[in-house]
Amino acid sequence: MNESGMQFGIFTVGDVTEDPTTGHTLSEHERITNILTIAQKVEEVGMEVFALGEHHNPPFIPSSPTTMLGYVAAKTENLILSTSTTLITTNDPVKIAEDYAMLQHVADGRVDLMMGRGNTGPVYPWFGKDIREGIPLAIENYALLHRLWTEDVVDWQGRYRTPLQGFTSTPRPLDGVAPFVWHGSIRSPEIAEQAAYYGDGFFANNIFWPKEHYMKLIGYYRQRFEHYGHGTAAQAIVGLGGQAFMAKNSQDAVKQFRPYFDNAPVYGHGPSLEEFTELTPLTVGSPQQVIDRYASMREYFGDYQRQLFLMDHAGLPLKTVLEQLDILGGEVVPALRKEFAKDRPADVPAAPTHASLVQKRVELVETSPANNA
Amino acid sequence: MTARRIAVISSGLSQPSSTRLLADRLTQAVERRLADAGVELTVDVIELRDLAHDITNNLITGFAAPKLEAALQTITTADGLIAVTPIFTTSYSGLFKSFVDILDPQSLTGMPVLIGATGGTERHSLALDYAIRPLFGYLHAVVVPTSVYAASSDWGSAEGALPERIDRAAGELAALIEQSDRSSQVIDPFALPEGFSPVGGYGAQ
Repeated sequence: MNESGMQFGIFTVGDVTEDPTTGHTLSEHERITNILTIAQKVEEVGMEVFALGEHHNPPFIPSSPTTMLGYVAAKTENLILSTSTTLITTNDPVKIAEDYAMLQHVADGRVDLMMGRGNTGPVYPWFGKDIREGIPLAIENYALLHRLWTEDVVDWQGRYRTPLQGFTSTPRPLDGVAPFVWHGSIRSPEIAEQAAYYGDGFFANNIFWPKEHYMKLIGYYRQRFEHYGHGTAAQAIVGLGGQAFMAKNSQDAVKQFRPYFDNAPVYGHGPSLEEFTELTPLTVGSPQQVIDRYASMREYFGDYQRQLFLMDHAGLPLKTVLEQLDILGGEVVPALRKEFAKDRPADVPAAPTHASLVQKRVELVETSPANNA
Repeated sequence: MTARRIAVISSGLSQPSSTRLLADRLTQAVERRLADAGVELTVDVIELRDLAHDITNNLITGFAAPKLEAALQTITTADGLIAVTPIFTTSYSGLFKSFVDILDPQSLTGMPVLIGATGGTERHSLALDYAIRPLFGYLHAVVVPTSVYAASSDWGSAEGALPERIDRAAGELAALIEQSDRSSQVIDPFALPEGFSPVGGYGAQ
C-alpha cells in the first residue's frame, strides 16, 4: 500500500464465454489455469488484491474458491486473496469459518472475504435453501460465522442449520484475528445495515448500474457505521468495483472491446457501448481516460479503501487480459494512488490488512478495563 | 385549491395513435371532473414508444436509464394512473407488458388506475377484463369498475356510447384521486422491514 491508503486489484466472476471474435471457447481446465495465471499477474504488476467469485452453475467455474486461492497463495508473496463473493446464504457458515481460517494460515494472513447472497435462483434449492429467505439467511449465517471466528467455544441455535453445542471451529483464526469481511450488495439496505452494525466493510460492485444508485447505498452504510459507533461516516470502510478496457489510442480500445461488450454475459445485446460507458463506470479508452474516470470516484463516494476492476470476462483472451493488467498496474494504478493520496484526510483509515487488524487487537487488549484491573 | 397529479401511459406504436387519442380523451374527462370539484390537476403523459429502447435495456441490464427512471418515478408517485394499450394478439401489447414488468411490484400498491384499450374491432373488448384488470390486480392497484375500450368504429360513431363510458370511468377515477395523498408521501428507500435485526432473530444468543 501507500499514502493513498488504497488497495487496488481485480475481481473475476470466472465465466467461460466464447471469444466472439474467433468463436473459440476455452475448456474449463484452460480457463481455470488462466485465472490462476491472471491472479499471479496482479501481484507482478504491483496491485494488492485478487478476488474470486463463487458460482455453482455453468458458464461459471469457480465453485471451490479456497482451492484456487490456496494455489495462488503459494505462488505469491504479498497479494491479498479475497472473494467476490462468498455465498453466505447457501454455504454452511461453519464450513466458511473453517475453509477461510485455513486459507488465512496457509497464506500467512493475506486473506479477506466478501459476503454476498448470490444472484442465481436455482442455487438456493440446489443447496436446500429458499431464495425468499435470502436476507434472513445472510443475516443469521453471518452472525454465526462471526461468532465462530471470535469465540473459541460456541453454543448456538438458529433457524437454518443444526444447533451447535461446545463447537470449536478449527483452525482458530491466525493471531486471534478473523479475516476482514466486506459485505457486497447492490440493492439491499439490510446488508448495508449489517455491514455497519459489525463495523465491517461494504462493497458496491459498481459495474452494472449507474453510480448514483450505489452512492445512495454507500451513503446509507456510512451513516449507519457512525450510528453504531465504529467511527465517523467518513471512516467507514468502502470498496468499489469498476471495469475498464484500454489502448494507447482510445478509438482502438473501443474497436477492440466492442465485440466483447456486445456479446458479454449479463449486459450484452442491450445498451450500446456508448450508452453503457456513459451510464455506468465502465470506461473504454486511453489509460488517461480511465485514470480521470476513477480518480473522480472519491467525489461521489467519499475517500474509500479498495478499488477492484473486472478485467477478464466476456471471452477476452488471456494475452489481452495480461496486456490490460500491464497497463492497469503500470500506468493507471500508480496515477490513481497519487490522485487518491491528494488531500486524503489523515483520519480516514487505510484499507484493512491482517497486520493492521493484529495491531488494532493489541491496542484493544492494552486499553481494555479488564487488563487494567 | 387542492392539488393532485396524475400520470398517463400510452403504449400506442403509430403516430398519431388512436391509443393516445383515447388516453387524451380520458385525461380531459378526469380533468373536467376534478376541476368541478375544485381540484387543480397536473398531468404527466408518458408515451412508452419514446422509451422502448430503454425499456428493453432495462429488461437486460436490470437498471433504468435516466429518462426511463424519471418516468418510473413520475408514475409511481402520482395520485392516479390512466393506462391505455392497444390490444395485440388477444392481450396488452408487448411493450406495455415489458414496461409493467420493470415496475417494482410494490410500487403501484393502492394506486387508483383507469384502464383503457384500443383495437381494430369491438371483438377484443373483453381483453380489458381478462388480461389488463388482473395485471393491475396482481400489483394491488385499485382499478376503477369501468374500463374503456375504443374500437376503430367508435371514432366514427354518432352514438353516445364511447363518450358516455369515458365520462363514467373518469368520474370513478376522479373520486379516488381526490382522496389520494400518494403524491405528497415521502418514501424512504432505506426503510428496513419491521422487526429487522442486523444479527437476526437467534444470532445474538
